[in-house]
Amino acid sequence: MIRFMNVHKWFKDLHVLNDVSLTVAAGEVVVVCGPSGSGKSTLIRTVNQLESINSGEIWVDGKNVADPKTDLNALRAKVGFVFQHFNLYPHLSVLDNITLSPLMVKKMERAAADKLALQLLERVGLAHKKDAFPAQLSGGQQQRVAIARGLAMQPQVMLFDEPTSALDPEMIGEVLHVMKDLAESGMTMMVVTHEMGFAREVADRVVFVDHGQIIEEAQPEEFFMNPQHDRAKQFLRQLLTPMQ
Amino acid sequence: MNYNWDWNVFFKSTGIGNEIYLDWFVSGLGWTIAVALAGWIIALALGSLLGVMRTLPNKTASAIATGYVELFRNVPLLVQLFIWYFLVPDLLPEKAQIWFKQDLSPATSAYLSVVVCLGLFTAARVCEQVRTGIQALPKGQNYAAMAMGFQQAQVYRYVLLPQAFRVIIPPLTSEFLNIFKNSSVASLIGLMELLAQTKQTAEFSANLFEAFTLATVLYFVLNMSLMKLMGWVETRLRVPGMMGGAK
Repeated sequence: MIRFMNVHKWFKDLHVLNDVSLTVAAGEVVVVCGPSGSGKSTLIRTVNQLESINSGEIWVDGKNVADPKTDLNALRAKVGFVFQHFNLYPHLSVLDNITLSPLMVKKMERAAADKLALQLLERVGLAHKKDAFPAQLSGGQQQRVAIARGLAMQPQVMLFDEPTSALDPEMIGEVLHVMKDLAESGMTMMVVTHEMGFAREVADRVVFVDHGQIIEEAQPEEFFMNPQHDRAKQFLRQLLTPMQ
Repeated sequence: MNYNWDWNVFFKSTGIGNEIYLDWFVSGLGWTIAVALAGWIIALALGSLLGVMRTLPNKTASAIATGYVELFRNVPLLVQLFIWYFLVPDLLPEKAQIWFKQDLSPATSAYLSVVVCLGLFTAARVCEQVRTGIQALPKGQNYAAMAMGFQQAQVYRYVLLPQAFRVIIPPLTSEFLNIFKNSSVASLIGLMELLAQTKQTAEFSANLFEAFTLATVLYFVLNMSLMKLMGWVETRLRVPGMMGGAK
């Protein structure tokens, strides 16, 4: 579904992605973790070309995204993206946030788009908030709406860029639950997160990134119980016992 | 000060036909409003377009808009008006020159010049406000819309501009009032708007103080009403939960 082949990216002198190769198969859930500044957010943003790359290839659903001939808008419509800061449209109601792209990009009928949006809101447990505006919702609720908005384009793959990092601790669970349900429904997912509980329970594979390189790639159990690389060991130790 | 106030002057005959001075003020106010509204339509349309251009990744588009703003902001309004009224017509093709100078009534040609002048001048200022409005939005809004597969035009139409315009209603209101006030420059090319009628009344009747008092009151009431109108528009467009909007 997604294949990175020898991807490089520089921000001026900074080598943010250094020869990244990675495959995410259809139906797979891959968690990407690593210290901040390691390039994991950049990595996930290259999939739908919110960030361009300098060399290498990224194939999504059979199309090379770095090829100038690829219709990026068509591709992005098939890839759902959930942001750290939700990025809901504050001037639109919850329902309109979800129906905007189906209406404008897919040219769906209003009635069908509303029906779809209500089903999705049901799924994330927020049908009763359809007429609310984003600023009236809690962070956890906003992120669930953002997930519903991403799903409204009926994407082939969902990307999550630190979906719970901006949330109060007691709201993280509700978002992770929605993501877990999504994974269980067979959605292909690539998730940048520090939620190791989620990684352990839901991920098929964990990828550890440091200094723009993938330095470890393993099944969750193996990654947590028996990390190979020193940097990964240190990272896990810090996550589990941050005070030491 | 030894001055005989006579507020009845407005109901006295001007000596021309059976007009009273008040008629002149009403007609002047009408021209002022006609100039300002037509100019505002140009300013808002062109200014929004330029403001969007200044935020585009396309360097050429943004350079053109920047150049426009610099040019129109750095030349005095009155100089611009004289250029539009006295010089530009001479640069037109011959047929258009004859039309402008002979076929049109003097009032109409003055009206066209001042509307174009104020519209283009104010567009530069509207442009800057639209640009700041767009740039003040979180970057994530642009990303979110792009990630959904929107074309650039759709990103602006459905996501960025509806938010940007809400943010800039207050400065846009000042610009809207400015165009009404600036319309008084039209008196210098002979358009009988409110200020020109005031001066004429003062000269004809010698009731200088009454004439300018009435003009001041009319400008004030007009602008206060516009301010109230825009305040109402702002409240109507307020988004629940945001910036003091109703919960």
